[in-house]
Amino acid sequence: MQKSLLIDADKCTSCLQCEMACSFEHEGSFNPARSRIKIFEFEHGKRAVPYTCTQCAEAWCLHACPVEALVRNPATGAVEVKEDVCVGCKVCTIACPFGTVNYNPETGKVAKCDLCGGDPKCAEACPTDAIVYVDAAWTGLDRMKQWAAQTDNKPLASA
Amino acid sequence: MSWQGRILRVNLTEGRAAAEPLNMEWANAYIGERGLGTKYLYENVDPECDPMGPENVLIFATGPLNGTMASTSGRYAVLCKSPLTGGIGDSNSGGKFGAYLKYAGYDLLLIEGRAAKPVYLHIDDDKVEILPADDIWGRGVWHTEEWIRARHQNPQLKVASIGEAGENGVLYACVVNDLHRAAGRCGVGAVMGSKNLKAVAAYGTRGVKVDDPARFMAVVRETHAKLQASDGRRGLTEGGTHPMIDSMQEWGGLPTRNFREVQFEGIDKVNPAATTRPNRNGHVNLITNKACFGCTIACGRIAHIDPEHFTIVNRPQYRHASGGLEYETAYAFGPVVGVDDLDALTFANYMMNEHGMDPISFGVTLAAAMELYEMGVLTREQTDGIDLRFGSAEGLATMAEKTGKGEGFGKELALGSRRLTEKYGHPELFMGVKGQEFAGYDSRALQGMGLGYATSNRGACHLKHDVFGPDMEDVSGNGKAVPVKESQDLVSMIDSTGLCLFTTAGWGPEDFVAQLDAALPGTWTLERCIEAGERTWTLERMFNLAAGLTAADDTLPPRMLKEPAPSGNAEGKVCELDRMLPEYYGVRGWTEDGRPSNETLARLGL
Repeated sequence: MQKSLLIDADKCTSCLQCEMACSFEHEGSFNPARSRIKIFEFEHGKRAVPYTCTQCAEAWCLHACPVEALVRNPATGAVEVKEDVCVGCKVCTIACPFGTVNYNPETGKVAKCDLCGGDPKCAEACPTDAIVYVDAAWTGLDRMKQWAAQTDNKPLASA
Repeated sequence: MSWQGRILRVNLTEGRAAAEPLNMEWANAYIGERGLGTKYLYENVDPECDPMGPENVLIFATGPLNGTMASTSGRYAVLCKSPLTGGIGDSNSGGKFGAYLKYAGYDLLLIEGRAAKPVYLHIDDDKVEILPADDIWGRGVWHTEEWIRARHQNPQLKVASIGEAGENGVLYACVVNDLHRAAGRCGVGAVMGSKNLKAVAAYGTRGVKVDDPARFMAVVRETHAKLQASDGRRGLTEGGTHPMIDSMQEWGGLPTRNFREVQFEGIDKVNPAATTRPNRNGHVNLITNKACFGCTIACGRIAHIDPEHFTIVNRPQYRHASGGLEYETAYAFGPVVGVDDLDALTFANYMMNEHGMDPISFGVTLAAAMELYEMGVLTREQTDGIDLRFGSAEGLATMAEKTGKGEGFGKELALGSRRLTEKYGHPELFMGVKGQEFAGYDSRALQGMGLGYATSNRGACHLKHDVFGPDMEDVSGNGKAVPVKESQDLVSMIDSTGLCLFTTAGWGPEDFVAQLDAALPGTWTLERCIEAGERTWTLERMFNLAAGLTAADDTLPPRMLKEPAPSGNAEGKVCELDRMLPEYYGVRGWTEDGRPSNETLARLGL
């Protein structure tokens, strides 16, 4: 089963555990400046929204890359950066409409979410389940269930 | 290795900033944050100096666990000689600023001197700039943060700044970071203002590494799970600290009308239930909860004011969400000033955050002014035409803003309760210790709390010891000295890690030690860590003694020592400080006049 990150901003408290977990997995240090997932706060913290790559099926970044440094991992569905191939031209950072591919000036390469090879550390670290890793074919299942639950609205026959 | 191994020393008089190596001997003896900051303060400041003069220093200190995945890893401390108490000023804050100061590569920022003109400090990894602050001087914290991020085109900059209160020398001005987190106590913001320093903005890309990554991650997984599973954590997530107001009301320890009473008849209008109940306009105060950096508790409250409320009906700029009420703010704007208007309390909280003031000291100072007003010592002419009786929501809201902006009677409230009550001839009405106002716990109803207040090195404070258990088991002064001393040392240790005290909702001392031991080189045992805490406590005491404080300052107001509690569990009781204090000095290994003995100093390597 292919899986996908599912993000529920209503549950996010903006603790940044995900940003630390992401950078630790990829860089070996706790460093939100190098995280592939970012939290955005609005209105003095009234809302906090995690944002990262959605792993597009028709990935603009992948099509834009002139050296084929971006490749699809068939096991996870993630578009991954081949660091030994990437030339740091940054065309993919322009092509991505969501801004989720970014350049790392320290390595001269781009970096993006690779779903940690199928075990995303952001989801593991999230204390409120604002980020979960679920069946990619059923990311809507919880919401469907919530609506389905609203069928329980008939008055009792005896009332 | 979890410490960055560098500090940043900035001299504002000379306009110079330079990194220097962290003193590893001190780091090993004091851990970090509060402890390490205390050592750097002690070695860099003459304790007899004028706290508002250029010879005072201002220290921003992080701890070894800051910026790591240890839960609540955003805590940092601000230290200086306090203008409010004349002793050591040590205040800590959450939010995100502290972690980012460390990510820039510094364990500690030490600021000396005074700038000729208003400036702010911009830290971007190794690039450190002292820049003009003319465009933001005279403006609030919220505008300042936004302006600095826009000026540097870096939305990820984290800012710690002062509002107008710090510029105007309000003696309990605080340093606010991330809009509504604050190093609130001891007037650290007034010292920042005295240096003409408006803000410190930090961003860093250096990250934090730990000594034993695999073990650290294994420990962190366990401590996260333990905290997550605890009832204490659940309570803080759901209610923040606010539910304490119902407990204290029931116990009879909720200071009301400048501590004349210990229970508040308007409780139902200012307690947690009131924040989730729609008011007559259908407005609900509380919106959600929010975390500081790395925090898996998320006790912070996000609230908003009813747009129809008198405080903001003509002020659309305040119709946004911001920091909501916690226990201490609810107490300081509610019972202690007798006010039961939830939106007025929330507005006062906005004013504290925007203008940069300590809500506890402001509220208790206002309470003293209200008592003076009701006694006829202060007249309506002196209070800008406001009928400043207990219970006046208008008085609360107006004075919160005037004090922040340095207007009218607000200039008197800026003095703090001790100086205000002395000025008007009634020093007995000051409710605090060493010049700093009490938090929301009555010393007659909680005897160990009373001893903790009296002996706290930074003046009255509820967060430097933890004896709720013993206090609720026995309402007398019996057996309080040992738990007060032991918890003071433990809290000193926790405050030195870079983590938040509220994690004790689910963690024991061993959990902090396990995380330190995995993160740092060397062997960190519970004994070593607690001793570091005791060393810090004792060094704070040495600073105070050198600054001219004595055992005579380890006392409580006559209202606590002579006027019996009028109701509640401690009805008829006074605080038994006279019995507890000598016992405490003995337990600490101090002389009868409250000085650490030579043996004690030698044992701690001081």
